[in-house]
Amino acid sequence: MGSGQSTMHVEEADKLNKSVMHGLWALTWREIRKAYQTPILVFMTVIQPVIWLGLFGKAFNLGSVFSSGSFNIPGLNIPKQVLDQLSSQMLQSTFGTSDYFSFLAVGMLTFVLVFTCMFSGMSIVWDRRFGFLEKVLGTPVSRGAIVMGKVLSSVVKSFIQAAIVLVIAVLLGMSVADFSIAGILGTFAALFLLALGLSSLFVMLALRSTDWQQQMAIMNLLNLPLLFASNALFPTKLMPTWLQDVAKVNPISYGVDVGRQLLLGSPGFSSLAFDFAYLLGFAVLFSAVGIVLSWKLLSK
Amino acid sequence: MEEQTVEKWKTAPAVLTVEHLTKVFEGKMKAVDDVSFTIREGEILGLLGPNGAGKSTTIKMLTTVLKPTSGRAEIGGYDILKHPTEVRRIVGVVPQEYTADEDMTGHGNIVLCADLYGISRSVSEPRARELLKLVELEASGDRKVSTYSGGMRRRLELACGLINRPRLLFLDEPTLGLDVQTRAAVWEYIKRLKNEYGMTLLMTTHYLEEAGALCDTIAIIDRGKIVKIGAPEELKESLGGDIIEIAVKEADADVEGIVAKVPLVKSVKKMEGYYRIKAEFGEEATPAVIEALRAKGFHVTRISLTKPSMDEVYLEYTGRTLRDAQADSEEVRKQRFTMMRARR
Repeated sequence: MGSGQSTMHVEEADKLNKSVMHGLWALTWREIRKAYQTPILVFMTVIQPVIWLGLFGKAFNLGSVFSSGSFNIPGLNIPKQVLDQLSSQMLQSTFGTSDYFSFLAVGMLTFVLVFTCMFSGMSIVWDRRFGFLEKVLGTPVSRGAIVMGKVLSSVVKSFIQAAIVLVIAVLLGMSVADFSIAGILGTFAALFLLALGLSSLFVMLALRSTDWQQQMAIMNLLNLPLLFASNALFPTKLMPTWLQDVAKVNPISYGVDVGRQLLLGSPGFSSLAFDFAYLLGFAVLFSAVGIVLSWKLLSK
Repeated sequence: MEEQTVEKWKTAPAVLTVEHLTKVFEGKMKAVDDVSFTIREGEILGLLGPNGAGKSTTIKMLTTVLKPTSGRAEIGGYDILKHPTEVRRIVGVVPQEYTADEDMTGHGNIVLCADLYGISRSVSEPRARELLKLVELEASGDRKVSTYSGGMRRRLELACGLINRPRLLFLDEPTLGLDVQTRAAVWEYIKRLKNEYGMTLLMTTHYLEEAGALCDTIAIIDRGKIVKIGAPEELKESLGGDIIEIAVKEADADVEGIVAKVPLVKSVKKMEGYYRIKAEFGEEATPAVIEALRAKGFHVTRISLTKPSMDEVYLEYTGRTLRDAQADSEEVRKQRFTMMRARR
């Protein structure tokens, strides 16, 4: 090491990057690398969607409820073709596709999205507890970059998860009506906006918390209602009207709707243009609020 | 020769100026109460006090993590409230906790810190190696931090705090929870930083011997106030002599009246179950005190003579020993957590 005290002081040769965005990539990359460098965690991230799709998707086998083998009326002897026709009609009119598994698979994309975003929000509580957050706060990195680093890494992670779910769903027999690049890109664009908004929301909720148990409770209170009060698992038109109203404001519904329209060719519960507009509004609003709150809440 | 470099700070310009800094937490007492001091370039100032005295709060305000309720401070010419980003750029912070990311390597952690300062990789990569060498971690730099011992972690934190070549380095309880051997090693690094690199330091500690061994200036802080500030030698001298402690068998004896008349004795103070006497030339004063009491028919049951130490200084200015001090639970929890991790 060089001698003399001048070497210990800030030098012009440091080539300091003083932009507001500096450090954002470093913080984002830290999170992503943490998530994927441990073999067991990588295994879990792949296996979790398999289990969910396999269990949920196949256990909720609503298709077989209506299939010809499962019901008939004694004495009437309705022809098999009629029954098949009938059940297919019923499924089509209820779910917008004759295959409930495909219907659910799209919902599953948002399901993993919500959970991945939720756990990313939790990680800021750990950073606070282990002192990492305090160290970062002592550096010239922008407060907004601290929050956006969390949000972006969570978006990337949920993207990867969603892609895995889609691949597995296709392997397990999801019938994709419109398997075009545009359809997939469109779906993931919608998922991107949804993840951006959701991560911002969950990170915001965790900003001031030092207690992960409390945080877990809040998250659990939010995530399942968020999913059930949407069209992710069941079509909204069969819900009571008050629940339909909730589903109509729930951004998850719009993300799912884009996926169903683009991948399954189902009739939408709103137009594609409105879906995207709603998701864009949700993402912009929540990430903006997240950045503003980070300035206020991260410095006491 | 060395003496000269060590004392050079006394005429150097101030790096840090703190004026009437105060922090009041909602609904609580003042955590930091009207604190003022300066640190000159190359000086090591130690904030000495028990848990909850306001040391960490002071550091958090100066490093711009906490906003002061009132008062001001300037580091390297930048006001901590008006130019927080500039302040963060020129200071280094080594917090009390272990803040390194356990899933990353030691080297990776230092480079990550550099990224947060906006230092380009072409500068930070070689500098990280250099700093690892400085804290003698070059052999373990590519190992994950989760495999490090407490002492290694502490050294890594030190290296991270130096990545931006700070003009002022904050060390919050640098040896908390470390064993005696590792503590001595950390002291060695701190001395090297001062002597070889002319580093300016503000450290907090609740170890008296640490403050005495490392600091040029000690500020004793108690209940948010600086109760005494000065060089360790000055503080000891300010006690005004040696300390004799005696216990007397008779509970009703007018010890204070009798002892005060003994030549060389400067003051007598009744403590719990014993008397604390300040005297010049303690070796001569002690037998005189015993003699004076015996002449009035009282019996001295116990006696001790102490030359002033930092312990005595602390007791004198805060009215209690460091061990007695109570801390708030949040801080105790944090320290336990740090100590638990230090022992791994």
